Amino acid sequence: MTAPTVSRRSSDVWGDRVFRAVALTAGLSVLAILALIAFVTTKQAWPIFRRDGFAFITGTKWDPTNGKFGALPFIYGTAVSSVIALVLAIPLSLGIALFTNELAPRRLRRPVIYAIDLLAAIPSVVYGLWALAVFERPARTAYQAIADTVGTLPGLGRLVGGNASGASFMTAGIVLAVMITPIVTAISREVLATVAQDDKNAAIAMGATRWEMLRMCVFPRVRSGLVGAVMLGLGRALGETIAVALVIGSSHQITSHLFKSGDSMASVIAHEFPEGQSDPTHRAALIGLAVVLFAFTILVNVAARWIANRTTEQAGASA
Amino acid sequence: MAPPPADSAAPEPSPEWWLGERSTSPRRRLVDAIASAWMIGAVALALVPLGLVLGYVVIKGASIVSWSFLSNNLPVITQFPGGGIWPAIGGTVLVTAVAALMAIPLGVLAAIYLNEYGRQQPLARVIRFMSDVMTGVPSIVMGLFVAMIWVSSGLHQGYSTFAGSLALGCLMLPIVIRSTEEMLKLVPDDLRQASDALGARRSRTVARVVIPAALPGIVSGSMLAIARAAGETAPLLFTIFGAQRVLQTNLLHGTNTTLSVVIWQNAQQPFPAAQDRAWGAGLTLIALVFLCTMVARFVSARFSTLET
Repeated sequence: MTAPTVSRRSSDVWGDRVFRAVALTAGLSVLAILALIAFVTTKQAWPIFRRDGFAFITGTKWDPTNGKFGALPFIYGTAVSSVIALVLAIPLSLGIALFTNELAPRRLRRPVIYAIDLLAAIPSVVYGLWALAVFERPARTAYQAIADTVGTLPGLGRLVGGNASGASFMTAGIVLAVMITPIVTAISREVLATVAQDDKNAAIAMGATRWEMLRMCVFPRVRSGLVGAVMLGLGRALGETIAVALVIGSSHQITSHLFKSGDSMASVIAHEFPEGQSDPTHRAALIGLAVVLFAFTILVNVAARWIANRTTEQAGASA
Repeated sequence: MAPPPADSAAPEPSPEWWLGERSTSPRRRLVDAIASAWMIGAVALALVPLGLVLGYVVIKGASIVSWSFLSNNLPVITQFPGGGIWPAIGGTVLVTAVAALMAIPLGVLAAIYLNEYGRQQPLARVIRFMSDVMTGVPSIVMGLFVAMIWVSSGLHQGYSTFAGSLALGCLMLPIVIRSTEEMLKLVPDDLRQASDALGARRSRTVARVVIPAALPGIVSGSMLAIARAAGETAPLLFTIFGAQRVLQTNLLHGTNTTLSVVIWQNAQQPFPAAQDRAWGAGLTLIALVFLCTMVARFVSARFSTLET
């Protein structure tokens, strides 16, 4: 049996093809922009990579006036502040996600989710302003009190001993923790929601408490998804610029002391690029930092999305 | 099956009803209580910074915001009181609006490709995945990228409002794509099939059936992307520069400033007048951002016809 032929105006056929091509081009623009970012930044940073090679990343001295550009203090600062942020944000976000998905009465869920989303709506420069103008002074008092009481112990002394500074890795980490909590919570909620209600009911019916149900029936299934959520948070923390630039203290040092000031990759770019542009080597070095930062965040985000997608897709396939 | 009892409208019993049973040992109940306390405590702890930041911004900001503060040009010397933030308000609106005009059409088209044409094809999957990844690209990297292709080399235009819009547009694009695609996914296939059965071409189905059905969701997703972009600072430092005291209306030439950049510049100064100005600009910026967020929520709550 042949399908009845429908006469179509040729302009319609062409319109359809053009529309499809335009939509495809729009989709390809994402790939084009990402490729362009990688290409353009690497090309502009090439002078410093060629001059210093791997020493650019391992060098510990950043001294633009004498032409010394070692990125390690900033890589270290980015890593330390992000790790502090994760250590604080993981229990916080997971607790919130479990509260909204498992514990809260129905009418409390929405307001709590809105409030946490509101945290994400506050611009990062406002967090920075608040942390710099309000939080820094009491924070230093608290840090100093901690340093004076436990800073003399052998192990802890290396982390918290000595003179504390308000603008420090710790302050940056705390602000970052607040800023990444909304996204880690949101993805965790998505991942937690993939566990079938029937399975949870079964665990409860077997006599498990809520916590035992979560521990034995929910957590094993969502572990990798939660790892993805945390890594997405890490990606955000690595690239956050303005709030960190205001509170990390802008000193180029590598120290194990969390209450001392340091600097991060994104923050040093924000501070030095406007003036540093005039010196070609300084400019290339700052762009080199951006290349390193871009590579880190792309790696972390690709891994995180891959893990998180796999969890939710598996849940979708088995449902 | 017996019909449900009349009082089934009451909320379903939560699982804790039997926690009080004697069969559960005190130790297990204690562990469960500690876990619940952790969850409640986490929410309470997260609300502390929210309340503190918003509280300080509103109280400190309200003491300086006035009509003249909102309508005057930025002062020459930031050390002393006086002057306003009007050019920064105009700059924020202009930079963000131009970014939205570029990113939203492009993002919606890309989402149409992903959901209406590409579906699960390898290329569509790659684009979908990479737009997720693109949401994680640091905003300062976007700013540097645009500074390189538009401001300092190549096209050699110098600092301009448009350069800032390009950077913000790059940030908004993936957010618009993903939120729009989620909305297109919710449009039932029945509608597409009905349109197909009437002989409509795919492009016509999309323009006349799919997009209208998903429009409230698309608008609300775009407003959230605008809200996010309006608060950005880092990508603007190297593109619009910020050394601008009067309203800049030339898109392609000349520096501009925004509320976020005014906060960034004034927050780093020790003078009380500069600090006050930063808080006032902060309150104005938060009001703008929350306005966008509330419009988004209103549109999706009031006009949405799709089941989420």
